[in-house]
Amino acid sequence: MLWNGLRAYGLIVAMWTRSTMAYRASFAMMAFGNFAATAFDFLAILIMFSHIDSLGGYSLPEVAFLYGTAGTAFGLAELFLGSMNRLGSRVRDGTLDTLLVRPVPVLAQVAADKFALRRLGRIVQGLLALAYGLAALNIDWTAVRVLMLPMMILSGAAIFGAVFVVGGAFQFWAQDASEVQNAFTYGGTTLLQYPPSVFGKELVRGVTFVVPLAFVNWVPALYVMGREVPLGLPRAVAFLPPVVAVVCCALAGVAWRAGLRAYRSTGS
Amino acid sequence: MRLYAVVAAGGFRRYATYRVATVAGVFTNTVFGFIMAYAYTALWDERPRLGGYDLAQAVTYVWLGQALLAACATIGGGFEDELIERIRTGDVAVDLYRPVDLQLWWLAADLGRAAFQLLGRGVVPMAVAAVAFDLALPGDPLTWLAFLFAVLLGLVVSFAIRFLIALSAFWLLDGAGVAQLGMLAAMFFSGMLLPLNIFPGALGEVARALPWSSLLQVPADVFLGERTGWDLVGAFGFQAAWALALLAAGRALQSVATRRVVVQGG
Repeated sequence: MLWNGLRAYGLIVAMWTRSTMAYRASFAMMAFGNFAATAFDFLAILIMFSHIDSLGGYSLPEVAFLYGTAGTAFGLAELFLGSMNRLGSRVRDGTLDTLLVRPVPVLAQVAADKFALRRLGRIVQGLLALAYGLAALNIDWTAVRVLMLPMMILSGAAIFGAVFVVGGAFQFWAQDASEVQNAFTYGGTTLLQYPPSVFGKELVRGVTFVVPLAFVNWVPALYVMGREVPLGLPRAVAFLPPVVAVVCCALAGVAWRAGLRAYRSTGS
Repeated sequence: MRLYAVVAAGGFRRYATYRVATVAGVFTNTVFGFIMAYAYTALWDERPRLGGYDLAQAVTYVWLGQALLAACATIGGGFEDELIERIRTGDVAVDLYRPVDLQLWWLAADLGRAAFQLLGRGVVPMAVAAVAFDLALPGDPLTWLAFLFAVLLGLVVSFAIRFLIALSAFWLLDGAGVAQLGMLAAMFFSGMLLPLNIFPGALGEVARALPWSSLLQVPADVFLGERTGWDLVGAFGFQAAWALALLAAGRALQSVATRRVVVQGG
């Protein structure tokens, strides 16, 4: 089942990639546009730091590190699952039915639908900010800290991916509410770009314990930078992101199945 | 004139039918408002009176941005996608036969849409913000009126820019790339990410002189009482001048494009 799904996902992705690559110049422009769009919000942070030395007690390289980890993790999730917010329109116009009758998992089809390789632009931009942060910071590197970097980015991508899937499942019920998903995905990554000290305690609690976005980067990144973990949690929670990611993905799977069962075709 | 009023009312009603989408949009605007208001608070804590704003004004600025985002179609969602599609498929030829003006027709429809977005997606986030934050709301009803007038001018400027973007599809056939560039420029140069008055040096001067500042920066400054007396007249003049210039450019481009369509035979 899982293997079948991944294989189908890969095939559909390859198909969309080939079709995008038919117009290489157009692809290059769109990928650059994607890169520039996300670069502007880093530029806004640079403009902020042209007036200040620290934001909420954090220096520019530290904010760049947070920005880069959040951006890269989110960029990966968006690349692989960003099409999930088109589900609502498929439910509305009835084209979801076509996907249901194919002998391929629906999630794989919806996730790969109109796969947009141009979203690499955001990942590149996130990696550049991350590289700057890493170069400018004076991190006391240990083997554990080095390993935490790929761990947090992959776990973070999986956590954001779970949010995308839950958002998709939600659209089985609320068909034209895809914007709610944006609040958690795009809103979430904007939130994580800034240090937790900027936000109210309640908000930080909410994104730690309710929608566990804090595990995407705040919790592990603060450990890597040798800072206190937010909310006075023990330092060991910095190693939890993979666990949180697995739990989130499992819950997203449950939500997805519930959504799919609740689906009633429009009949059109 | 009556016809365009009907078209505008139609634009309003059309968007008013998407109730769930509106509620979802209100939720998203509110979430983004909170995140940005906290970030601005951290910035203004560090540098009080940055850009001439006090903290309450800075936070109010964030929420004005969220309230105007959908109305100005800063990140898309306006009429332009539809017009681009009609140009691409050739349906626009039918529009040109109609005894109405293409530009005025879309302007009316887009203003109707914007009026709904302003009410539907602007009022609630602002009310939530007024409960959660200390906002700098104007006490004088005249300031509110002046603000609404500035918003109206900003909406016309926004329309005029997007009309030019849409017409580019006559030459490029695929308008997606230009539309994306347009959104980027609107997002950054309207002051949506950060107020233009804290942009450094020449970048700030250029940004404040570009038409996009009419979308958010100018209305926000009117709302926050930063532009009064002759300065207020100057603000309106700035917006009106851009609106007229861009509408005229759109009209010129429209007539060139129309001739081109006729030559191509649609």
